[in-house]
Amino acid sequence: METLWPVIEPLLGRVAKPARYIGGEQGAVGKAHAPGRVAWLLCYPDTYEIGLPNQGLQILYEILNERPDAVAERTYAPWVDMEAAMRAAGVPLFSLEQHLPAAAFDVLAFNLSAELVYTNVVNLIDLAGLPVHAADRGPGHPLVVAGGHCAFNPEPLADFVDAFVLGDGEEVVGEVHDVVARWLGDGRPDRRSLLAALADLEGVYVPALYDVHYKGGRLAAVVPRDGAPSRVEKRTVSDLAAWPYPRHQLVPLTEVVHDRLNVEVFRGCTRGCRFCQAGMITRPVRERPAEQVRTMVREGLERTGYDEVALTSLSTADFSDIEGTVRDIISDPRHGERVSVSLPSLRVDAFTVGTAAEIQRVRRTGLTFAPEGGTWRMRRVINKLIREEDLYSAVDAAFSQGWRRVKLYFLIGLPTETDEDVLGIAELGRRCVEIGRRYQRSVTVTASVGGFVPKPQTPFQWSGQLGVAELRRRVNLLKDACRGVRGLTLRWHDPEASAVEGLASRGDRRMGAVVERVWRAGGTFQEWSERFDLALWEEALAAEGLSIEGEVERERTEEEVLPWDHLSAGLHRDFLWSDWQDALGAVGVEDCRWTPCYDCGACTAYGLEHVVASPRPPAGGSQGTGQDLGAGDRVPVRFLTGAPAT
Amino acid sequence: MSDAGAPRPAGGWPRGLRCRFTKHGKVRFTSQRDVARMWERALRRSGLPVAWSEGFSPRPLLSFGLALPTGCESDAEYVDVRLEGEGGDVAPAQGTAVAEAALAPLVQLLTSLLPDGVDVAAVVALSGDTQSLQQQVTSCTWELEVQGVTARDLATRVEHLLGAASVPIRRERKGKLVDDDLRPGILALAPFERAPTGPPNQTVTGHLRADLATQPRGIRPMELLEGLGTDLVLVRACRTHQWIEHEGTRREPVPDEAAVRPAARAPHATERAT
Repeated sequence: METLWPVIEPLLGRVAKPARYIGGEQGAVGKAHAPGRVAWLLCYPDTYEIGLPNQGLQILYEILNERPDAVAERTYAPWVDMEAAMRAAGVPLFSLEQHLPAAAFDVLAFNLSAELVYTNVVNLIDLAGLPVHAADRGPGHPLVVAGGHCAFNPEPLADFVDAFVLGDGEEVVGEVHDVVARWLGDGRPDRRSLLAALADLEGVYVPALYDVHYKGGRLAAVVPRDGAPSRVEKRTVSDLAAWPYPRHQLVPLTEVVHDRLNVEVFRGCTRGCRFCQAGMITRPVRERPAEQVRTMVREGLERTGYDEVALTSLSTADFSDIEGTVRDIISDPRHGERVSVSLPSLRVDAFTVGTAAEIQRVRRTGLTFAPEGGTWRMRRVINKLIREEDLYSAVDAAFSQGWRRVKLYFLIGLPTETDEDVLGIAELGRRCVEIGRRYQRSVTVTASVGGFVPKPQTPFQWSGQLGVAELRRRVNLLKDACRGVRGLTLRWHDPEASAVEGLASRGDRRMGAVVERVWRAGGTFQEWSERFDLALWEEALAAEGLSIEGEVERERTEEEVLPWDHLSAGLHRDFLWSDWQDALGAVGVEDCRWTPCYDCGACTAYGLEHVVASPRPPAGGSQGTGQDLGAGDRVPVRFLTGAPAT
Repeated sequence: MSDAGAPRPAGGWPRGLRCRFTKHGKVRFTSQRDVARMWERALRRSGLPVAWSEGFSPRPLLSFGLALPTGCESDAEYVDVRLEGEGGDVAPAQGTAVAEAALAPLVQLLTSLLPDGVDVAAVVALSGDTQSLQQQVTSCTWELEVQGVTARDLATRVEHLLGAASVPIRRERKGKLVDDDLRPGILALAPFERAPTGPPNQTVTGHLRADLATQPRGIRPMELLEGLGTDLVLVRACRTHQWIEHEGTRREPVPDEAAVRPAARAPHATERAT
């Protein structure tokens, strides 16, 4: 197989940020392609800067490359200028390691982290030189698979992707590999035999094996055939300690987002925030043993030369003994004096700020908290149980310890939201500025407001989504309330982009034609504000006889067939429904890590347990204060004991 | 940070190091900022006692002199690294045999910590009072490969350019278009012959060697090419030398007798055993 580098090289002098296309990262693997070796191309459907740090992709990259019978390379979406240059010069999508054409690989595997990249997925399949429709591909074409959070409702991409993988990829990637290897070994017979074998794997969804029926313009049934399972269950790695990946995190030659060492400290979250798809679909909580975290940090810093490490998870302050772990990292003489630790997701309480203070001895610029709702009522609806006192004590701690900027994340357009809830955001912001002024002359509080998008596999999956006009009215309401408050800045996410995100999030298979039309009209990189174009989506919807009102804004009923009902993140439908009803009644639920199980299904369905090192909630915790968390000892959790596998 | 780092010279570390390195191949598409970050990471891994700036946002004290435009290659890049120096025996004996011997292991070590195509050719000690590269370097030699012109035509254009009293050029400076004269900055310019480097190509290519001034302000290869005609396409540009001119003679910031020989290159750390 011949490298495309000689034809790519002349294009690079004419495009922005050419280092996106050269590869050469420390940790990159350039293995020979050979018969008997399955060649995987791992594709991230956004720019290199956004995609390179993705840990999921890097984990699979290593696991595959460790196998002697596999070779994995990577590719990212070329920016518009590069794509134009490639198409003009007849250069197809290529891998970064050896600059090989995408079509020469056996598997193209996409990471789906966000819905607005769907048109990019189609574009990359096309740029690879493949028919975009799965049905039009033959035995000579690579298999196209996809995984990641969006795979929990992959219907908008069902026309284009052969198979989706649900849940943690560490184990199932090897099983998919074996099926493909067998199929290649058999001389690439009929593609249908490959798809049937894939559908036999737990966690793999092959949309072509499901017939979709509609009635009165609504989804009526999704019916499996040829022995495909009626419900595809997600995969869950029960013990994170068995998977200390990435061991060799890629160090890019050029600047990317999150350009630092990343060490995942736990997976899953049971805080139970009802809007949060990540928290719902990744249950249960599985902590990495603290000793393994320390080892991964030490080895990672030594190998990469980074001076910053992020301890990643959905809520890192909830990691058992977070303070001890952080203290050990910053006081380890082998790391030198300048290593900094970042906790990307702070809990809202003074205690957490104390931990942050310990690690950010210098450069105290900004801290970010996510109260999400403007009033206590609103926060009970979404089950983000932070009291106002918690927020104020956190902000007080931050400003008194030298931070100058505090950023607060909120959602608007939440179920049952009133104008009072919206205005509560301005009030919280104003009070935070006041607190800051006690300590510093000039403080900045930024309230960053995003439009709520109901996500599949969450209690809010039945909720209506606010229309663009109403969302805009509420943003304006908030703008007026924040105007004139010195020190308070309001930022908001484009309501039009939220509408399209909603379309892709909960769309059924008919959305595929919409995605294709937007792509054909040039609508790539829709998550980039300078490229986003609502008109393209509205035209495509109209042409398909669909509308934003019908697909996005409409509240769903309990009886309605949801496009993802045949796909399972382990959560019982009746749990989600009762949690939705609790939400409407502003009733909160506790964190089941430390309190008795309420049987959401994620543990019991798969015979799993939480894996946490401490039986008690973090000391001084605030999310949950006001609730009785005293019964912590009776939780169905397995405690980490003994020396972890590293 | 690394235990297997640079061995401390017997006389202690000097106050600074001046490293000469290359930028060849795919890595040439990285920016000057990217190169700075590669060096920061490599130096952290090397265990050298790099000095940091004071203040709100401390940075390691590295200084690269004249930025190499993204996409250009180079045989002669330099970085000055400030050390928490003890000012020991090797300093300020810049360029002496003692210093070279003490610092020689760094050439291999740093090369092994830097990406493919970035090869350290030499490391010398820097005394506290050495001027910065930005101040010292007065001109650079470039080799350029251009497309869209025959050898004869190229020679004519060069002759014409050198014969002109001024070569007006319009360029953007701080967001504004200003008119400027290229001619005073062109110290030498001549075509030369070379076998094609890439795969056979129908397009005609020609080669130029140019000495371009860096002071009072620098001329970039792209600007020179514009002066030769807007129809020319720059295929490849390599900075082969940077020069310090002093009282009529010129020398390189680090003499090139130590310049890298491909066969002697240390392995890079880009690939790992699988």
